[in-house]
Amino acid sequence: MTLLGVNNISKSYGGIQALRECTMNFQEGAINGLIGPNGSGKTTLFNVMTGYETPDSGTVTFRGNDITNATPDEVFASGIGRTFQLTRIFPRLTVIENVHIAAQRQGFLAQLRQWSQPDERARALESLDFVGLTKLSREPAGSLSYGQQKLLEFAFIMVAEPKVMLLDEPAGGVNPTLLKHLGGRIKELNKSGVTFIIVEHDMEFVMGICDQVSVMHQGHALLEGKPDIVRNDPAVLEAYLGTDMSEAE
Amino acid sequence: MSTDITTSQRPTPPSYEVPKVYRYGALIVGFFALVIFPLVFNNPTISTIGVFAMIFLMAVTGWNIFSGYTGYIALGHAVFFGIGQYATAMLSSYWHINPGMWTFVLIPVSMILAGIAAIPIGFMILRVRKHTFIVLTIALMFIFQLFAYNLRSWTGGSQGLEVGQPGWDGSVFNLPYYYVGLFVAIIAIITSFMIRRSKFGLSLLAIRDDEDRARSLGINTTRSKLIAFIISAVFLGAAGCIYAMFVGSVYPQFSFDPAFDLELSIMAFAGGLGTILGPSLGALIISAAQQYFLISFGGANVFLIVYGALFIVILRLLPGGVVPAISDKWRSHVVRKEQRKLDAEIQGPAEGGAKK
Repeated sequence: MTLLGVNNISKSYGGIQALRECTMNFQEGAINGLIGPNGSGKTTLFNVMTGYETPDSGTVTFRGNDITNATPDEVFASGIGRTFQLTRIFPRLTVIENVHIAAQRQGFLAQLRQWSQPDERARALESLDFVGLTKLSREPAGSLSYGQQKLLEFAFIMVAEPKVMLLDEPAGGVNPTLLKHLGGRIKELNKSGVTFIIVEHDMEFVMGICDQVSVMHQGHALLEGKPDIVRNDPAVLEAYLGTDMSEAE
Repeated sequence: MSTDITTSQRPTPPSYEVPKVYRYGALIVGFFALVIFPLVFNNPTISTIGVFAMIFLMAVTGWNIFSGYTGYIALGHAVFFGIGQYATAMLSSYWHINPGMWTFVLIPVSMILAGIAAIPIGFMILRVRKHTFIVLTIALMFIFQLFAYNLRSWTGGSQGLEVGQPGWDGSVFNLPYYYVGLFVAIIAIITSFMIRRSKFGLSLLAIRDDEDRARSLGINTTRSKLIAFIISAVFLGAAGCIYAMFVGSVYPQFSFDPAFDLELSIMAFAGGLGTILGPSLGALIISAAQQYFLISFGGANVFLIVYGALFIVILRLLPGGVVPAISDKWRSHVVRKEQRKLDAEIQGPAEGGAKK
């Protein structure tokens, strides 16, 4: 069943057409991969889906509801969390404070309570345990390594218990051990019902973890299918390498 | 969500906070020092310095609730300081309040008026960020100064307004202002402390670090900034009220003074911007030093040179401010202690093994 869908989305920046009538459907309960060469529009599509950009035309639907013009906070409140290509954490706050921020969706009166309520603290620590950062909970988030910051971003999205997590290049700059750890956590969360959409250039990671892979090329959807089918599709190879492989041979 | 680690197995990270016994001990000592200060130093010149220090203490604590926590450096909070002053001068005359203890009733009135004024101002200027925000706050301060100059029938224009002075004896004249100022300053510090510990405070700090990210995580950034702005203005209004009562006159160029916000920001930076007690400490040190230098070297503005030199020394030695410097020292101490403990644990079994 389609959980999150984009229908005929177009978006341009001046003379550059980042998305052109792009249509894609992401299945509920699956780990969806979104691949494509640099500049193919993957991050723009993420921005449109999460309210950071308004499309020129087309619609975005979540569980059948139109969320095309929703703001980022409304998108987040509806159950869609995302991480960024370059991590966006709160560097001067401690690791545990970072995780608590994502649990702030409350009315103003509730906001007057102490931020570190025992039940919320337990949830935050559980989330840090999950990504292996508990020992660093009192460190300033800005002092973490890049890979650890990726895990922290993952943890603070996770604590808000979203239905869908959009991960923008989670493997970028992360060492193989941490990446394996992250992959394990994604699979574990997916088993508990969280749907993932992952933009990634690391093909080994994508093909190893994803149930379904969508390919973008020049702002539109090129192909959707199982990893094995996508991996061997000549059109995909051509999109990445810029030539028809059979002709090259 | 399942995890590999149970609560009992969870590794406990070391606490880098200065232990509560030291923190609360310092607070209690500081509180009693402030309470007995004008009784010990009963020279009116010294207690006058104390009154100005209390006024700046509440003003800078209020300023820090908005600018320190959100990172929006406001250089136009003199607007609310001025509103507090003019409200005091105008209302004491309009309501025929006899100079004396009853005049202090105007403090909550000034606080409310400054808070009300902050609502439309906040709505307007909080739409912009960074440099544009700073420029707008300065512009707004000059607009209010022009109002004060030109609305002569209300404000007296450049002639200013008088605030009646009570006929108290010179030896105790400063004491009511000092203690009322201390009381309001303590309320400001407690408010700042409560905000810092709340979810609301955490959302303000998130705005300081990355406002767009905070918004994307569901924080209503516009509401949070506006509320912090109003709370901040309320304490500036109180400071303005006490200042007007103490000085006894109100003039546009002193009520809406561009130097006032620079002083506030210098105090906050020197003590530690965005910390709870840093700005308070900065206010006590800098405002007292400023008044002392003014009295000692006031003649040819030499005091400004001494004052500037002091500020450079503080920034040079403690770039993050006094309180962050103390926190950093304590953190280094904890890290060294942890390292020594770890070294001993590693060396212990090795030495034991060697003896056998």
